[in-house]
Amino acid sequence: MNDGRAQTQEWYAAKFAQFEKGLNGGTSTALHGLRRASMAKFAATGFPTTSHEEWRFTNLAPLARTEFIPALAGDDAGVTHADLEGSLLGEGAAAEVVFVDGQWSPNLSALPSLPPGIRVVSLAQALRQKPDEVMAYLSRHVISDGTLPAALNTAFLHDGAFVLLEDGTALDRPIHLLFVASARPVPFMTAPRIVIVAGKEARVTIVESYVSLANNVYWTNAVTDVFAGAGAVVEHDTLQIESPSAFHTGATHFQLGKGSVVASNAIVLGGLLVRNTVSAVFEGEDGECTLNGLAVASGAQLVDNHTIIDHAKPKCTSHELYKSILDGKARGVFNGKIFVRQDAQKTDAKQTNRTLLLSDEATIDTKPQLEIFADDVKCTHGAAVGRLNDEQVFYLRSRGLDEAAARDLLTFAFAGDIIRRIHVAPLRDRLTTFFRTRLQQGRVASEDLCIP
Amino acid sequence: MSLLEVKDLHAGVNGNEILTGISLSVEAGEVHAIMGPNGSGKSTLAGVLAGRESYVVTRGEVRYQGKDLLAMAPEERAREGLFLAFQYPVEIPGVSNMYFLKAALNAIRKHRGEDELDAIEFIALVKKRMAFVDIDESLLQRPVNEGFSGGEKKRNEIFQMAVLEPRLAILDETDSGLDIDALRIVAEGVNKLHAKDKAVVVVTHYQRLLNYIVPDVVHVLMDGRIVKSGGRELALKLEEKGYDWLRDEAGVAQAQEPARS
Repeated sequence: MNDGRAQTQEWYAAKFAQFEKGLNGGTSTALHGLRRASMAKFAATGFPTTSHEEWRFTNLAPLARTEFIPALAGDDAGVTHADLEGSLLGEGAAAEVVFVDGQWSPNLSALPSLPPGIRVVSLAQALRQKPDEVMAYLSRHVISDGTLPAALNTAFLHDGAFVLLEDGTALDRPIHLLFVASARPVPFMTAPRIVIVAGKEARVTIVESYVSLANNVYWTNAVTDVFAGAGAVVEHDTLQIESPSAFHTGATHFQLGKGSVVASNAIVLGGLLVRNTVSAVFEGEDGECTLNGLAVASGAQLVDNHTIIDHAKPKCTSHELYKSILDGKARGVFNGKIFVRQDAQKTDAKQTNRTLLLSDEATIDTKPQLEIFADDVKCTHGAAVGRLNDEQVFYLRSRGLDEAAARDLLTFAFAGDIIRRIHVAPLRDRLTTFFRTRLQQGRVASEDLCIP
Repeated sequence: MSLLEVKDLHAGVNGNEILTGISLSVEAGEVHAIMGPNGSGKSTLAGVLAGRESYVVTRGEVRYQGKDLLAMAPEERAREGLFLAFQYPVEIPGVSNMYFLKAALNAIRKHRGEDELDAIEFIALVKKRMAFVDIDESLLQRPVNEGFSGGEKKRNEIFQMAVLEPRLAILDETDSGLDIDALRIVAEGVNKLHAKDKAVVVVTHYQRLLNYIVPDVVHVLMDGRIVKSGGRELALKLEEKGYDWLRDEAGVAQAQEPARS
């Protein structure tokens, strides 16, 4: 096992050396210092094993033993507009920025001019134009041991999205960041890096979607940092519909300024092994953070959601609702940490995790973890795991719906509770359509449906 | 041929026999009342007829429109025109009343070989039927029964009945939890829906609903069997004298109180 791990570390170290060579002298920058530090961090430990507390239920061995080649090509890998049909938000979006294997595709993106004070550019472009500005945000990223794959993201950091809204600016329609994995047959790793900055009182909705074009083995290793300034209002929706052979590790981190309002809706429908860490820290008083999640899995899928909410300042509110629908032999993991620091008085935190098991073989490991150091706070948490309610099924059947239709309707209602919290209508429609197809005969149909 | 023919029906739950031999027949155009004290098996009978799976039929048969009712799944019974108004209507968060009812109606219409209604036709029908039970339109946009008051839930049951137009409606203690005004509205709705080719079975503990829905036949259920049947005057007598005189007459042991289902 140790040999295998050493081999993995050597593999990525060699890939990193190749990557450095290709940078043509760009190795003396502050950014590259950050990459090197991250590579060193990864090299020191490699992938975490299940003996690591944060990875007890998620065995990364299948990911670790696959030799993924970091995708750095910068071409569209044969992806065309036609491939994106059904994945775009269309008129509903203010901008649709498309990335192929983690790299910005100018050809496939639709970037109409935006109001003054709002910038949406590729990260590579932003790094060329204003490296210091971008570095200031990149260096504020925190890697905890629980999100170690994020260290590899930083090591290979070279492209992604940079979204900046100056103070007081607002967009009514969402910005869509669409990450498409190409059909390349060789296992590859994409390392998109997303930086979203909402200035004081700015308002924006960002949709991140991750899609595949084939049932191929690859690894999306994404990191998103969202900086919400004082009084900013940010909605961040992620939709992950990837190949049933895909690995997905994601780390999304929100930093909430005074009085800011952040809502995150994280929808996971595809992938073989998915581990998402969504974290939020209150950096000022009166912040409000909502973290919602929905995972639907069947077959051999594993979806692991870790959330961390750090009430570092007083008078902040957090609401968390994570739901899973598991069928077949799918496995779910939920770990919800809430820290309430000593001076974070008047904290109001509520966490709920609900799981619907549709088969006898599906399992969920759920663990709320509240660490409260202040005394004048309101914190609640609850976890419920169950099956469809027989009485509800009978009620629907007694009106003429057949059993499968009744079960599908109730399963969809369970999911709908999260879907309706998304404020992007075309995204809600897309999810509704997806559910209508994937919920069949009272079951979650095969994850193959995740391929268009 | 009777619309509903129950013969020597025995049924129970977890090996506990609750219905101990029920026979009755209901003709099209009739209204039957099934009365009885708590625990007599009234709701069990309603549940068995609607196809509630927790009950096991151990003996007897039920024919509905000449067909073996007990062999049908609950949804088949519904599509064949049987309707149970629940004693405790179930709350279904996340499923809108309108969406659910349209799906139900179209499943029934499809079964009858009729065209499914589109959204516009369905709304037109709903508007007409709302008047039957004076139900507020806003309730229909909400999830099924979620957050409804007891009275609203019962009205919603009769509203569903008005839309689905069953041949045989079984009202399971629809009067419980209703104030007198709501009771009158619900009863009037049922009366307006009644027709020569349809039948209603009213399951109730009290006589008062029968002031508004006048039964042709009253059956008294005790300890899982019908101990007496008669006309409307039987209900009035029960109102006046209670059930004990029947207990003595029928020789039913007073101490025996099977678990209420």
